[in-house]
This record gives sequence, structure tokens and C-alpha cells, in this order.
Amino acid sequence: MSLLAFCEWLAATEGCTTLRESLFLYPLVESSHVLFLLLFVGMTVIWDLRLLGVVLTDVPVTEMADRVLPWVRAGFVVMVITGVLLVYAIPVRTYQSVWFRAKAIFLILAFVNIWYFHRKVLPNAATWDRDARLPWVARRAGLASIVLWALIIVAGRFIAYNWYDCDIQPQPAFVNWFAGCVAPPNQ
Amino acid sequence: MLLPFFEWCETVWLGRVVVGSLWLFPVIEAVHLLALSVLGGAILIVDLRMLGFGLQRQSIRSIARQARPFLIGAIVGLIATGIPLFLSEPTKCYYNNAFWVKMTALAAALLYTFTIRATAIAAASDEPGTPVRETARQMVAGALSIALWVTVAAAGRWIGFS
Repeated sequence: MSLLAFCEWLAATEGCTTLRESLFLYPLVESSHVLFLLLFVGMTVIWDLRLLGVVLTDVPVTEMADRVLPWVRAGFVVMVITGVLLVYAIPVRTYQSVWFRAKAIFLILAFVNIWYFHRKVLPNAATWDRDARLPWVARRAGLASIVLWALIIVAGRFIAYNWYDCDIQPQPAFVNWFAGCVAPPNQ
Repeated sequence: MLLPFFEWCETVWLGRVVVGSLWLFPVIEAVHLLALSVLGGAILIVDLRMLGFGLQRQSIRSIARQARPFLIGAIVGLIATGIPLFLSEPTKCYYNNAFWVKMTALAAALLYTFTIRATAIAAASDEPGTPVRETARQMVAGALSIALWVTVAAAGRWIGFS
């Protein structure tokens, strides 16, 4: 089954219709997704700015990791749950959205950054834990994180707009390719 | 009573520029969300500490002092982007309950943050290296701050739904 077929199957499920057409459920899930930006991206930004040596420079990096990152993770769990529900409510259109696809790419890059930082950079923190100005590898991770999460927020917000939707043609060839638009059967 | 003012807002050039553009509203809205995220960090890193979570080993005053430029910067960014968003549809806002809830909560949150919360922070001990247990006053101040700002953000999102 292709991903598009899977999304079409999702769209036909009862839960999808209920969620999409509910007067309060969809706005509630959507609002929660936005509200938890305060916690998730908010705490991520503080953590990134510490890595960049801009704020809380007197706090050891390992202490920040122990005390702040659990809140980032808690916020992320809610973002994932509400985010999955938002996709589930409008599966086909979201799957074929250039903004959603851009967001997915930025998310993957953000995870590569996190994985690399925790695997290769943070384990060596002992030598620079208390420094205000951290080594370039750590500052680089903070900078990449801020830029990527900002792009993720912007791309995420733009999913709501239909400028590049597949059912609005003609679109530039790149859009049709990137969104995976499928030509209607008779054309 | 305020309706004539809101109707006059319809004529302000900035709002007309936003309405006349396909991209401007979404872009400003996205920047509004970016500033909201920074506000979340600047508020929560302090409020969580006041509640006894997060950076427990650091003094409340030290965290608040360092978070302050980001708090101010985020508020300035939110207002600077919020004004053109409002000017693009002032009459719609006038008849929108969520808009009034948001503006009331915003006034309360701003007033609260720079008076009661600031005083509660200033009253906290600030001896370097000796974390002091947060008092009931600080805990209430932190919880109220979260409640107020979450109300502002939630009502703000709800403007778009109604």
C-alpha cells in the first residue's frame, strides 16, 4: 500500500470524519498544538541559547540538560500526540502539502542534530561544562536547533494555507513533484 | 461605543497593505508564533523555578534577570506583529468574543508580570550557590503567571476559529 493509499484509507475511517467535523475537537487539538509551543519550543530556545552562550551562562550545561530537557521532552510528547491527530483529521491533503513535507524534512534534520549532539558532543561536556562560551560543536548544535525549529513553526503554520494545494492547478512543476500530486485518472 | 474606533482602524494603511497581500498575513502570523515561543521560554524557565521545578539549584532572581531581555523582546515582537494582524480585520475582531478575552487577559498578564510577579521575584533570596526553597508566595506567583499567559495564547488562537 502506498502512503497516499494509506492516507485515503485513513480519510475513510470514522474517527477521521468525527475529528475533522467536530465543532470543538479539532480546534481543541489545534490549540493544544499551538499552546505547547510555549513549553516545547520555549524551553528548547532557552536550552539552545545556553549552548550559544547567550543566556544562563552561569549554569553548567549538564545541569541544564538534567533540569530543562525533561520539560522539552514532555512538551514534545504532547506536540507529537496533537500533531498526529491533526494529520489524522486531514490525511490526504496534509500528505500532499508542500509545507507539511518541508516540515517533515526540517524535523528529520532537527533529529539528526539532536542525535549527533547527544551522541558526540554532550558526552564530552566535562571539559567545558561550566564555560560561558562553549566549543563550536556545541554552539553549532544550538544554532542549528533554533533555525530548524523556527522553520518547522513557519512551515507548520503554512500547512493551513492552500496556495500550493494539488487541487488548485496549474501549479509549478516543482510543486506538483514535491507535493506528490497525482493527475486525476481521466487526464 | 468603541465601534467607531474599530471602524476607523479599518482605514489605517498598514491594515490595508496586509489585506492586499496574499503572503503578508500568514508571514506576520508565523513571526507572531515565533515570538510566542520565545515568550514561552522566557516565562516558563522562571515560573517553573518558582514552582520548584526546572533549574532548582539556581536562584529565582538570577534566572529572572537573565530571562528578562528575552521576555521584553518577545513581548515587543508579539505586539509589533499583533498590530498589523489586528489592523487587517478590526471590525471582525470587534464582534469576536475571543478577541476581547485575549485583550483583557493580555492587559492582566502584562500588568501582573511587571508588578506582582516582578515583586515576588525581587523578594526572592539571591545568594549565589545556595538555592533557597521557594515560598508559597513564589509558587502562587509562578502558577498565576502560567495561567494568565496560557489564557492569552489560547484566546488568541481561538480568534481564528470563531
